Amino acid sequence: MEKQAVQRAREAFLAGRSRPLEFRVQQLKSLQRMITDRQGEIATALKQDINRSQYDTPLFELIGLENEISLAVSKLAQWAAPRPVERNLLTISDQAYIQPEPLGVVLIIGAWNYPWALTLQPLVGAIAAGNAAVVKPSELSEYSASLLKALLPRYLDQELYPVVCGGVSETQELLRQRFDHVFYTGNSTVGKLVMEAAARHLTPVTLELGGKSPCYIDKDVDLRVACRRITWGKFVNCGQTCIAPDYILCEPSIQNRVVEGIRQTLLEFYGPDPKSSPDYGRIINQRHFNRLMTLLEGYTATVGGQSDSSQRYIAPTVVKDVPPQARLMQEEIFGPLLPIVTVSDIDDAIHFINEREKPLALYVFSSNKKVIKRMLAETTSGGVTVNDVIMHYTLNSLPFGGVGQSGTGRYHGKHTFDQFSHHRACLVKSLGMEEVNIVRYPPQNRQKARRVRLAMRTPLVDFSWKTYIWAVTATVFAFDFLFSPS
Amino acid sequence: LYIAIGKMASQSEVIDRLRATFRSGVTFPEPFRMTQLQNLLSLVEENEQLIQDALHKDLHKPKFESVLSEIQITLNDLYFAMENLRTWMQPEYNIGKNLATRMDDCFIRREPLGVVLIIGAWNYPLHLILLPLVAAIAAGNCAILKPSEICQATEQLLAELIPKYLSQDCYAVLCGGAEDTKSLLKNKFDHIFYTGSQVVARSILLAAAPHLTPVTLELGGKSPCFIYGHIDIHKAAKRLCWSKFFNTGQSCVAPDYVLCTTQTRDALLPALRETLRTFYGPDPGASLDMGRIVTPRHWRRLMDMLEKSKGKVVIGGESREEDRYIAPTVLVDVQESDALMQEEIFGPILPILTIESLEEGIDYINRQEKPLALYVFSDETSVVTTVLNNTSSGGFCGNDGIVHMALPGLPFGGVGASGMGSYHGRWGFETFSHRRGCMNRSWLLERVNVLRYPPYSDYNLGWLRWATTFKKNSWGGCSVM
Repeated sequence: MEKQAVQRAREAFLAGRSRPLEFRVQQLKSLQRMITDRQGEIATALKQDINRSQYDTPLFELIGLENEISLAVSKLAQWAAPRPVERNLLTISDQAYIQPEPLGVVLIIGAWNYPWALTLQPLVGAIAAGNAAVVKPSELSEYSASLLKALLPRYLDQELYPVVCGGVSETQELLRQRFDHVFYTGNSTVGKLVMEAAARHLTPVTLELGGKSPCYIDKDVDLRVACRRITWGKFVNCGQTCIAPDYILCEPSIQNRVVEGIRQTLLEFYGPDPKSSPDYGRIINQRHFNRLMTLLEGYTATVGGQSDSSQRYIAPTVVKDVPPQARLMQEEIFGPLLPIVTVSDIDDAIHFINEREKPLALYVFSSNKKVIKRMLAETTSGGVTVNDVIMHYTLNSLPFGGVGQSGTGRYHGKHTFDQFSHHRACLVKSLGMEEVNIVRYPPQNRQKARRVRLAMRTPLVDFSWKTYIWAVTATVFAFDFLFSPS
Repeated sequence: LYIAIGKMASQSEVIDRLRATFRSGVTFPEPFRMTQLQNLLSLVEENEQLIQDALHKDLHKPKFESVLSEIQITLNDLYFAMENLRTWMQPEYNIGKNLATRMDDCFIRREPLGVVLIIGAWNYPLHLILLPLVAAIAAGNCAILKPSEICQATEQLLAELIPKYLSQDCYAVLCGGAEDTKSLLKNKFDHIFYTGSQVVARSILLAAAPHLTPVTLELGGKSPCFIYGHIDIHKAAKRLCWSKFFNTGQSCVAPDYVLCTTQTRDALLPALRETLRTFYGPDPGASLDMGRIVTPRHWRRLMDMLEKSKGKVVIGGESREEDRYIAPTVLVDVQESDALMQEEIFGPILPILTIESLEEGIDYINRQEKPLALYVFSDETSVVTTVLNNTSSGGFCGNDGIVHMALPGLPFGGVGASGMGSYHGRWGFETFSHRRGCMNRSWLLERVNVLRYPPYSDYNLGWLRWATTFKKNSWGGCSVM
């Protein structure tokens, strides 16, 4: 079944249907209509999957998606056009440019924490770049997956963009087929398997994985605002966000104030009993609930700690003075548990971060420019937001992706289009200027070799003001020498 | 076994040492990178004769080709990198911001990846390992070089010279055969850059997967060459011969085979004969400008293909086993199923396939794997455009061969079976860098931020929606405030 869907998509791609720009725009506009028309149903599915509040859905899933579609529709002609490159004197009469081209049939594997945004945003770029795409939503968010399977064929070309649902075995079957690119969002364990499967077909991959995103709070900072921003980013979607601040690093002297700041904010956000707040989510399934409860074992919560297995509810929880070797610090938490690890100063914090795998996001709260500069210069991560959390995700001119264990490749905005395109280097020469070419042909001698070497060392010429000024000045000097009395 | 273990220990010792150096941050500052690039420049400039000798020993490379395609191309890339390093290293500020982030600092940093592995190839043993090294150094990484063991003189020369000129704590040369490469790949690298064959590429990807290491693969394929429509057949023949027989056909972007009509073929053959005579004289085997096949094994592979071919040899065909010589050879009446059309030729053998129409040729190409390069010789723009729009390839060159890779503004790389990723010039720098998106939020506008916090309300959502929806003619989009 999976094989047939891929086969049909490939035939449809080879027939050339997905290439014309008008077709791509029309499909994107249709996708836009699907989101606008079906918002209510999407919100219902998300509520059933993950108890997503009705406000979080547009905010976190749909507005971003709609913006990506609008951007793609408005910029497509520009993105898909040939991109001229600098030429040199040898190629000055030739055309040299990079032509973005579709790759072919791509596979997009979605995730369960933001099932619509993380599955459809890559699809927007894949369609914009002219590919066919097989979409495999995550089976953990099953209501969203079935809804997507029902809706997408009603709005998009059924052969070019099939939805394939299923679990592990269906995904493995899909990965046995040959694709021209595989885009996976999820965890690094499965990421490695995806890369291995793609390796057999020499297929390039984009892996949007995760990691433990550190959040460093400097002591000279407005803790009220900092804690509010951190609390928002940590507990939205019940902590199940790949770029949520995973843990806090701060000096012991401010730890208690940080805890108080968070506690106060939680009251403002969810009231005294978050379980009854309509704005607080739940854990996706029993397995993850159990996993999170195990992480908490042996530690007393400073804030929260309550849970209800029947609802898969875990209260927003903060744990103080967590030792680096605790289980809480060994894997990505992906839940509403916030450990605070104390460090002696910025050096200690940087050292702590660099001892660990490269994270997907890094956060630093400070009013001291030097501290911020050092943090940025001496660490690495997929992306950074300073003095806030998550926000770098929202600007689609910034490339969004990981590095090292947190992933490979990037997307959002034009970056998605570029990720799903082949950038073909094109040089179109004329058959003229053959006299210049003669120096490169055999039989060879010293003179020819010298001339070729000289010709190859010509600088690149770009048609900028610098070049014009140089050209004019040089000509003036040349004339001066020619005609000066001597 | 003892030797093997000993070798493995020394491999990981070297990698650990480089990793410790990288951690210390010494490769990050611009002056360090410049100095190393300058030293690499001196390495090439001061040892030109030694390099030419080594290349001649390994590949019987004519001095002209060594200078043009090994030494000068490396020097050019070095000049280009040194001139542009500062610009490349600058954080990119000129990216679209939106209403919500107008008060913020948004930029993209290029950061080094760590310890990278560069595996060279045997056909251009110098530039195929040094050009990636230039990019790796420019991007601030430490690098391990693994030159091809097939070119022993060049391999030894690199192993001797690199530690003399470059920082030994940051860059190392590890030599060895297939087994040593396998054990090397068990280690974790932050990027692997491989030039070579598809078969080995697969095992490299499989070795990289458990470490989630990103990989650049510069592979090959059968690069087709269309000669179609109105064309000056003599000029085309010259450029075709030059690109095909340069380095004895052992170039990943050499035109592998020709597609043309019977008419064009009949005009082409005498032009090819004349050109070859001008280039190499009546006996190419005696010309100083003609190279040799790299090893007896590769010579045997080419001779086998030639013997099994059902095509007719119309030019050349001579060969000598003692010095691994094969004359520039052209065959006609070659079909799709021919022995010469099953794998990349990588030798001085040029099959000509005849087609009735451009569409037939394009269909043929699209039935095969995507090649590394694609060539069209034609005066008619419509022909060039039709082929470009209906095919895909790593790179493309109209009315010439190979030279598109000499322009550093163009990315050099494959697609599909011909590879993934690209390099040359700035593209190499980007390959070996991580593009880190950074947003520095201002403390102001916290009142506006309040709109996004719980408890949620329709009122707040309404304002947020209005403020964050992308308007068609505005600068950019923002999804959440």
